[in-house]
Amino acid sequence: MSWSSQGETAAVGRAPAPSGAQASARRIGRLEPAALAGVMSRDVAIFGRYWKATTFSSIVQPTIYLLAFGLGFGTLVKTIGHVKTIEYIGTGTVATAVLFSSAFPGMFNTFIRWQFQRTYDAMLAAPVDVEELITAEVLWISLRAGVYGMAPILVAFAFGLQPEWGMLLVPLIGFVTGFGFAAFGVTVAAIAKTIDNFNYITSAVLTPMFLVAGTFFPVSSLPDGIRQVAQVNPLYHCVQLVRDASLGTLGTADLGHAAVLLAFAVIMWRLAISQLGKRLID
Amino acid sequence: MAAAAISLQGVSKRFGEIKAVNGLDLEVPPGVCFGLLGPNGAGKSTTMRMLTAQTLADEGAISVLGFELPGESKQSRLEMGVVPQLDNLDQELTCRQILTVFARLYRVPRGERTEAVTRALEIANLQPRADTIVKELSGGMRRRLLVARGLIHRPRLVLLDEPTVGLDPQVRQELWTLIDGLRASGVTVLMSTHYIEEAERLADTVAVMSGGRIIAQGTPAELVRAHVGEEVLEVYGPPERLAEVDALASSNGWSRRRSGPAVAIMRAESLDGLAPEGVRRPANLEDAFVALTGEEIE
Repeated sequence: MSWSSQGETAAVGRAPAPSGAQASARRIGRLEPAALAGVMSRDVAIFGRYWKATTFSSIVQPTIYLLAFGLGFGTLVKTIGHVKTIEYIGTGTVATAVLFSSAFPGMFNTFIRWQFQRTYDAMLAAPVDVEELITAEVLWISLRAGVYGMAPILVAFAFGLQPEWGMLLVPLIGFVTGFGFAAFGVTVAAIAKTIDNFNYITSAVLTPMFLVAGTFFPVSSLPDGIRQVAQVNPLYHCVQLVRDASLGTLGTADLGHAAVLLAFAVIMWRLAISQLGKRLID
Repeated sequence: MAAAAISLQGVSKRFGEIKAVNGLDLEVPPGVCFGLLGPNGAGKSTTMRMLTAQTLADEGAISVLGFELPGESKQSRLEMGVVPQLDNLDQELTCRQILTVFARLYRVPRGERTEAVTRALEIANLQPRADTIVKELSGGMRRRLLVARGLIHRPRLVLLDEPTVGLDPQVRQELWTLIDGLRASGVTVLMSTHYIEEAERLADTVAVMSGGRIIAQGTPAELVRAHVGEEVLEVYGPPERLAEVDALASSNGWSRRRSGPAVAIMRAESLDGLAPEGVRRPANLEDAFVALTGEEIE
């Protein structure tokens, strides 16, 4: 029988190590790369099944925005602020793409894998802890968001956007922003009682968020109160940073934008771990 | 004696008002197949989850493979495999993909992964379905895949939570062979079940769990002898006759239970000439189980 060679060739099983000293010698640390890679290998396998649909929508969405705003609106308004409309919209929709490709997978994938498929239960029975599981999931989503965040820029090239070296920073900006929003999505999934409750978040939080971010029109054209709101909107800082990087106008203000995005990512990451952790481990 | 593979001391777990596990003491020696038998709601699944630190005990001490839980749970999980009661397979992945992911999660070295996956597919008898997605597998195949997933890293300890619930007799037989093979190769198996036959056939030691604690423990034969004797007398008849027999048993202080259309009287070997007419059969674990956990259904 295939069990018979058990023991000699066991991959990880060794002689029993009941003593405390031996046990502590084999203590394995936090956030082990092997655990993160294991969890992400599952995401990669799933992505292998869906990459076509994901890629299609990530190309088509900015194309529609650019057609609608660029060709329609753009014929009326040649510049927004002192930036050409195509440049403004092309860079602005990067943030939209990042938001949608991070917050939604964060909410839906988490909820489905945790509640419906119980995949997380299965993985937590393996040598993976909650911190590793959530970090790996968020990391995967944000890597993907960083890459797909480039799609609007690529599409905008076809509409006349000029390539710029600073655009190479866009995937990085997308990654950091995506990390925060993916973790935000995980936190929402942890708190939501049912998947329908996501509608509250989508309509009351995400939609206003991407409108009050300087994506399609400058925040400065908004009333004072709403302008204040934009300052605490991570997406606003993402838009500014992407636009400055892509149009070669990076300045000291962008350090502030980057700092906000990093802080948002770290805070949401820890919040996601504590909130979902409470529900995964009872 | 070698150190216990699993040890629980005074473990309790409360969910709101319900005490799921209540002062549980349990020692599983290495190399045995240990059956945790109990009615639904006895606390078996909670106990299983506590052994992987997916449920944290409110009180008491738990150690698994020499590691203290929950602090060192991750180390112990490296060397144990878990087969859950509920199907938690990825619906959209193929058998091979799932096994490969878990080979990684269990830290099977890169060079050995392909071989480990092939071996697991053999165990599950799923080689022809290796590249079929889970959604398209039958219930029995899924269960076999769940078992194979828990064995991908050749664990020293395997937890099986109700491994054959809801399966065809054929699939059940197949899994029993597999579990027996595990035990024969020196792996410690802790299996929870409410199928008495399963425990009787496979387990070296059975612990009967009720109300969140162990109420009896021993080999199946010991439990039967200690709680219901050697023989059971089953008396069949119309309801009036059964009521009569019941009254007779009651006045003589015989231990008995309703067994479908009959009254079953325990320890029939010691009834002498007073015994009513009926069919004698050897006492079994089911008799002991009912004697221990009571006939009432909650």
